[in-house]
Amino acid sequence: MSEGETSYEPSRDELLEWYRQMALIRRFEELAAKAYTQRKILGFCHLYIGQEAVAVGASAALEPTDVVVSAYREHGHILARGTSPRAVMAELFGKGTGITQGVGGSMHLADRERNFWGGYGIVGGHLTLATGAAFAARYRQDEQVSLVYFGDGAAQQGAFFESLLLAQLWKLPVVFLCENNYYAMGTSIERYSALQDMSLRGDGVGMKRWQFQGFDVAEVYDNVKRAVDYARSGEGPVILEAVTYRYRGHSMSDPAKYRKKGELDDVKKKDALELVRDRLAAMGVDQDTLDQVKAEVNEIAQDAYDFAESSPDPDPARLYDYTYAPDAGDDDNVEA
Amino acid sequence: MAQLQLREALRRAMVEEMRRDDRVFLMGEEVANYDGAYKVSQGMLEEFGERRIIDTPISENGFVGLGVGAAMAGLRPIIEVMTWNFSLVAYDQIINNAAKIVQMTAGQYTVPMVIRGPNGAAENLGSQHSQALESIFAHFPGLKVVSTSTPADAYGLLKSAIRDPDPVIFMESELAYGVKGEVPDDETLIPLGEAVTRREGSDLTLVSWNKQIFSCLEAADVLQKEYGISAQVLDLRTIRPLDEQALYDAVARTHRMVIVQEGFPFAGIAAEISARVQEACFDALDAPILRVTNLDLNQPYATNLEKLVIPSVARIIQAARAVCNR
Repeated sequence: MSEGETSYEPSRDELLEWYRQMALIRRFEELAAKAYTQRKILGFCHLYIGQEAVAVGASAALEPTDVVVSAYREHGHILARGTSPRAVMAELFGKGTGITQGVGGSMHLADRERNFWGGYGIVGGHLTLATGAAFAARYRQDEQVSLVYFGDGAAQQGAFFESLLLAQLWKLPVVFLCENNYYAMGTSIERYSALQDMSLRGDGVGMKRWQFQGFDVAEVYDNVKRAVDYARSGEGPVILEAVTYRYRGHSMSDPAKYRKKGELDDVKKKDALELVRDRLAAMGVDQDTLDQVKAEVNEIAQDAYDFAESSPDPDPARLYDYTYAPDAGDDDNVEA
Repeated sequence: MAQLQLREALRRAMVEEMRRDDRVFLMGEEVANYDGAYKVSQGMLEEFGERRIIDTPISENGFVGLGVGAAMAGLRPIIEVMTWNFSLVAYDQIINNAAKIVQMTAGQYTVPMVIRGPNGAAENLGSQHSQALESIFAHFPGLKVVSTSTPADAYGLLKSAIRDPDPVIFMESELAYGVKGEVPDDETLIPLGEAVTRREGSDLTLVSWNKQIFSCLEAADVLQKEYGISAQVLDLRTIRPLDEQALYDAVARTHRMVIVQEGFPFAGIAAEISARVQEACFDALDAPILRVTNLDLNQPYATNLEKLVIPSVARIIQAARAVCNR
């Protein structure tokens, strides 16, 4: 069996929970799309629809103390980490009740309570932070791993290469998880890269690497878990590529006319949510149970939408609060 | 009081802070085995070992960014750039990450780190190794910018910078690394954001920072001896946060100001100070504020050409006489 293959068999409850999370992300994103067309969400809004299995499977492979860093298509990543859908939707609406109080917006969601270090908007620029988190973990000799999500486009950046270089040199506990959705904005992968498996970039620095299919959540979980275990054991970092696909354009303003005819329909044949439903059905889960999960997540997403809509705008009196550290001058935590 | 070179004062600050706080580490090119490209970190590997004094590959973007992440995780990185010119390949990490993370996360994460190294021209290093870059960092909210002159200041300011909860851009001077000065024997911290008067004077104020302070002091001597002009020399020390009150107090006293800045004139620190002082103190001014800066040119190699480009004592004297009409 090659490294990207898996024989992992999740339990019924495990799989049902993953289905619930994936369905929530999809419904959440559908409502975000609706809110965007209603001009309730503004700016850039990059939807995660189609890629749900990656966020949910990867998050299940992590401990709560592990650090997660992401880019700007991160609504699904933060929801899979357990952050309140209300706080995420309110952030997209630019409200004071948002997870970053209306300051960050869609591309900069962060939740310290869950060690979710944020969404970052400069392609590739956030990978360094994961190496920094892993460096700190090693410095303190704790067991923490950092996992960083990035797209295939980010694997063309210098910051990506230098992050791999340092992580491998110092054997830092990082998992670099590339979600290859085959488009860097509107440019298809064969038009911008001679190689199409971005995990191959790891070979240049001698990093353990493999590619796997990112549509089956159990497969994602198993692959990421093995990488996380490897990193946690002190062996060094791993670069993974999850093959995936986004159903929407790059952002809400992109109608995605650059796709080949029939391409999207072909991919939808292995839709992550349908796959997990089929697996559950095969395990004997009845249609009512599946419908009930769907109804529950629809309600949670709608509640998030309603909460966001009825929340107050951010307080202008706090405009200057966060340019510098809120505890300026505080130096209490010295471990001399 | 001990007489220390600037490099020794910087080293003492780092060593004391590293003894005090295990979260502090030093990372950069040639900081460990080589003892520092300019010997600032000499002997530190021996005391603190490879865990805390860390040589890097030549990948500023990677290790400056790693420092940002380590700071978010609660460590206190000191990242050395061999010169500030090389920091430009890490500019994205400094501007788009270090300067913005507190704000983007609404204060959930902070970036307590110091990035330090020599800034400005040394001698005959040509265009790419001779830049003074305060303005392109001070431009950004979220950063603090220190540009230091004397050994005592470097010592006290670097200690404050290491303890500061925000990212501090800490600029030194290659030419001044060997300059000696008195440094207090007792531990002394100098707060960021406070200017200091290096020389009292009543006819005009020369405002500067970093090694141009030494040119200003030399010019002030000549102005007094040869022209009877009494020049105050104000050392800003910190560019951001800017000690505006010290600038306004100086103008209230001397009514004339010359700003001496190494670096390009266009949208420079001197232009910013000039704008702020005239906005706040127009009525107190008896003459337009003049700037003495690099010529608006990239640095040439040859000695005679190089000397024309960077601020000189002669140009400072000329500007001072012009604002005093003498």
